[in-house]
Amino acid sequence: MYMELKQMLDIQKIRKDFPILNRKVNGKPLIYFDNAATSQTPQQVIDVIVDYYSNYNANIHRGVHALSQEATDAYELARVKIQKHFNAKSPHEIIYTSGTTHSINLVANGFSSLLTKGDEILISALEHHSNIVPWQMLCERTGATLKVIPMNQNGELVLSEFDALLNDKTKLVFVNHISNALGTINPIEYIINEAHKVDAAVLVDGAQSCPHIKPDVQSLDVDFYVCSAHKICGPTGVGMLYGKEAWLNKLPPYQGGGEMIAEVTFEKTTYADLPHKFEAGTPNICGGIAFGAAVDYMNAIGFEAIAAHENELLDYATHQLQQIERLKIYGTSKEKTSVISFNVGAIHPYDIGTILDKMGIAVRTGHHCAQPIMDFYNIPGTIRASFMFYNTKEEIDTFIAALKKAVLMLS
Amino acid sequence: MTIEAIQNDIIDEFSMFEDWEERYQYMIDLGKTLPLIDEKYKTEDHIIKGCQSKVWVHANLEDDKINFTADSDAIITKGIIAILIRVFSNQNPKAIIDANTDFIDKIGLKEHLSPTRANGLVSMIKQLKLYAIAYQTQLN
Ligand SMILES: Cc1ncc(COP(=O)(O)O)c(C=O)c1O
Repeated sequence: MYMELKQMLDIQKIRKDFPILNRKVNGKPLIYFDNAATSQTPQQVIDVIVDYYSNYNANIHRGVHALSQEATDAYELARVKIQKHFNAKSPHEIIYTSGTTHSINLVANGFSSLLTKGDEILISALEHHSNIVPWQMLCERTGATLKVIPMNQNGELVLSEFDALLNDKTKLVFVNHISNALGTINPIEYIINEAHKVDAAVLVDGAQSCPHIKPDVQSLDVDFYVCSAHKICGPTGVGMLYGKEAWLNKLPPYQGGGEMIAEVTFEKTTYADLPHKFEAGTPNICGGIAFGAAVDYMNAIGFEAIAAHENELLDYATHQLQQIERLKIYGTSKEKTSVISFNVGAIHPYDIGTILDKMGIAVRTGHHCAQPIMDFYNIPGTIRASFMFYNTKEEIDTFIAALKKAVLMLS
Repeated sequence: MTIEAIQNDIIDEFSMFEDWEERYQYMIDLGKTLPLIDEKYKTEDHIIKGCQSKVWVHANLEDDKINFTADSDAIITKGIIAILIRVFSNQNPKAIIDANTDFIDKIGLKEHLSPTRANGLVSMIKQLKLYAIAYQTQLN
């Protein structure tokens, strides 16, 4: 009982942190269930952004003046916050990027110089399709082969197939920690362990896990871990790449430019040390600082409490949805987060999404950038409701009533 | 009837709806009842990809007028298509080229014709006009 009380969140207080949750859409109070696409931003993070531009906007790492120093300090302090959050060994193992996509491309590009013909890259069938492309490009450049770990009807990876695919030629395994389309939590501990037995590196896409889980990159022993700030209450256009120092030293720089060099002559340039080697040009300074603030905000709420509340929302919504006739949920793994993908009979997801929007409810419809998963189930797409810690059971009730109404209108 | 007269009729009809629900129910019903395109034209050649809902369009010229048929896999999109077809079909190419689509705004469906909405309708209107331009050059 005590534990339960300790874990309960004061949702009404938390909701007051998010100005956007007060707005109306089409005359109805907004119900925001598209958190897997992007999360909302609390006042604490908005304040940090405003403060930066109001008080110490300057370019970093190069000025002698006070503003530049303050901006540099704040930016580097945020890096340390992110490092601590993920429990990386040192701050320079955290590379600021523009987001998950950029981070993945950085690694894929770096592996160009490490792979040769005949090498194999393993990716999972549950990937965001934009994330499949960098690996296809890498294979084209190097002559390596792309292999796919298949999934089953529940939306889980088939581990026996993974075991069978893994061999001496496997150089890299890429898998998301949590699937954006289905919410499945993948057994990355197992995958990392097995991959390391054949000396393959593992890159985990944490875009969907970071809002719900606090990953410990050292205890996972993962080689690369990536995420975007905008999914964890931070701003868009900033994210990070964690890489083990040894791996980051092995990868060549991704882009040439300012910040990433130590010395330049026309004959030769020596590259700067980590993390600057990968941070060419003026970065998203404010974004990085706000990313740090977002991490602080999430930690102040606490990931145990977040998980407990979100699991409750997931169970509640799943149960309510299952009462609706002809409704089918896609992604029924026991290990999943607060993401529910579903369809009702043959009704097109776009139609349901449109009617829900009229009632102020934001859900995602379509293929969720996971076309291969939709093809697997032979559907054009799904409706996806995804919850964050600031959502409530009352919102789910309103959503269920609105959904029933939409189904009635469309049937 | 001219395109403008048809558009005014539609605006009048929609003004009788009290709220979004009646408007949408009307479009859904339109979408459900109308067989819009011959199955044989529901091919890749006739598809307009809108990412979320698909739209198929076919055109043919008869007595200097263009007949359009179209369809979508989403019902609301199909309802809007039915309205667009009512406006643009059976008109001569010149009238179609010159027509505007401001009436969509007046009947409260503007959001469906936003270029960023992934339903294929903006591309569909562009396609209707392209057909008209093509037939116009044929007639000249
Ligand atoms: C699993 C996963 N990977 C990658 C991305 C891409 O993230 P970003 O657009 O921030 O680069 C997303 C975002 O939708 C995602 O859900």
